[in-house]
Amino acid sequence: MSESTAPRWTRRHLLGLEELSADEIRVVLDTALSFKEVSTRSVKKVPALRGRVVVNAFFEDSTRTRTSFALAGQRLSADILDFSEKTSSTSKGETLIDTARNIEAMGVDIIVLRHKAAGSAHLLARSVKCSVVNAGDGAHEHPTQGLLDLYTIRERFGKIEGLKVAIVGDIANSRVARSNIWALTKFGAKVHLVGPPTLLSKSFEQLGCTVTHDFDSIVGDMDVLNMLRVQFERIQTSQFPSVREFSRMYGLTWDRFQRCKKDVFVMHPGPMNRGIEIQSDIADGPQSGILTQVTNGLAVRMAVLYLVTQVS
Amino acid sequence: MQTRYDPEDVRRLLDRLVDQIAAGFSKSEPLIIVGIRTRGETLAQRLAPMLAARGFAQISRGVLDITLYRDDLSEIGPRPMVRPTHIEVDINSKPLLLVDDVLFTGRTVRAALDALADFGRPSAIRLAALVDRGGRELPIQADYVALTQKDVPLSHRVKVQLTETDGVDQIRIEPRNSGENAG
Repeated sequence: MSESTAPRWTRRHLLGLEELSADEIRVVLDTALSFKEVSTRSVKKVPALRGRVVVNAFFEDSTRTRTSFALAGQRLSADILDFSEKTSSTSKGETLIDTARNIEAMGVDIIVLRHKAAGSAHLLARSVKCSVVNAGDGAHEHPTQGLLDLYTIRERFGKIEGLKVAIVGDIANSRVARSNIWALTKFGAKVHLVGPPTLLSKSFEQLGCTVTHDFDSIVGDMDVLNMLRVQFERIQTSQFPSVREFSRMYGLTWDRFQRCKKDVFVMHPGPMNRGIEIQSDIADGPQSGILTQVTNGLAVRMAVLYLVTQVS
Repeated sequence: MQTRYDPEDVRRLLDRLVDQIAAGFSKSEPLIIVGIRTRGETLAQRLAPMLAARGFAQISRGVLDITLYRDDLSEIGPRPMVRPTHIEVDINSKPLLLVDDVLFTGRTVRAALDALADFGRPSAIRLAALVDRGGRELPIQADYVALTQKDVPLSHRVKVQLTETDGVDQIRIEPRNSGENAG
């Protein structure tokens, strides 16, 4: 393969998957494939980002994503600075942009931003000179989650095109759903969105998905079930009458699971509400890709941190 | 200065390289052959069966991508894709033969040595190159070289082409046009 004809990454930021082409996404996935090997070495570290500084700026709680980005940066030999809202001056009223500019003035190469406001990563990217990686902005996008889900599906099935993927649960409040929809449809997967009418409007069909409120009508036909977390912290009670009813209609119960395809692949972005959106023993069972998603997330985030710094 | 080597020349050069390598390692010991992407990988694939035919019975292989270890990333223009590194065995305490097509500045080999150190500690690392074109910027030398061409001007590049990747076995010494790094 000639290196000059290979698709190239030309973006200084990763803000969302909506604006990426399938070729660009493929560059990230293929780079992640190379980085996955690094974690199997006796020294799990490469010098690619030596001397670079990555700031984890998380204005919302997170365990998985924050640690995954931190470890990804460390495996690339970058210096990692952890920054959380509770200990920062934004709690004294400083704006996001001012905080970011001050961080940048200390000589930072990448800001990884998690923020409750949709569009915050785009706003930041316009205001600073360093790279910005979106680690989740409100209900808008969570691009690295979308990429790692895509990577995990591709690894499992060897392809994405033609696969039937159901994304189930609280679609309206889910940035994971949006990033997954962009990524999957660009690669020719058939995306089915499943959830109660209050959390899933018909307008999602404009994104090239099928919308249904009846999980049972499609469950037996799916190759992948991506069970979203019920986001109690975002949900308005009127949208969400009862946990038990939700679980019965939209949870992956044992009974429903037995009607699935034999090789169905079960995913969940975490953290799980065991027994609500997914039955515990299915999450821990052989069809589950949940921990693989976490492992792949590290490789994908290494790829992203690496790629955005290689563009001058 | 000869500027073109045809398939028959390349075959002879490979034989010469195998002769040197076979004399340098013990046939009764395991030998790990690691090629540096991309031409070094192909060369390693060629050398392995040739060495097996000379009586090396325990050959393992590997391929090394040194992109993440380069110190000249800012100077080579468009970024190369990072590709996987794969070494099929534990390299600790075994002799290892590192293979590249052209030895020039020595920076690729420096990067490869750094990468190998992250996989373990071989009992010895030897370097085989098809062509040594001089122009070193680091104190690095090859142990086995098939063709030495130390008078190649810096304005020229030494281009090794192999059937597997380029459809033909040949070596050409020609003026640089694209500013491409010849390693």
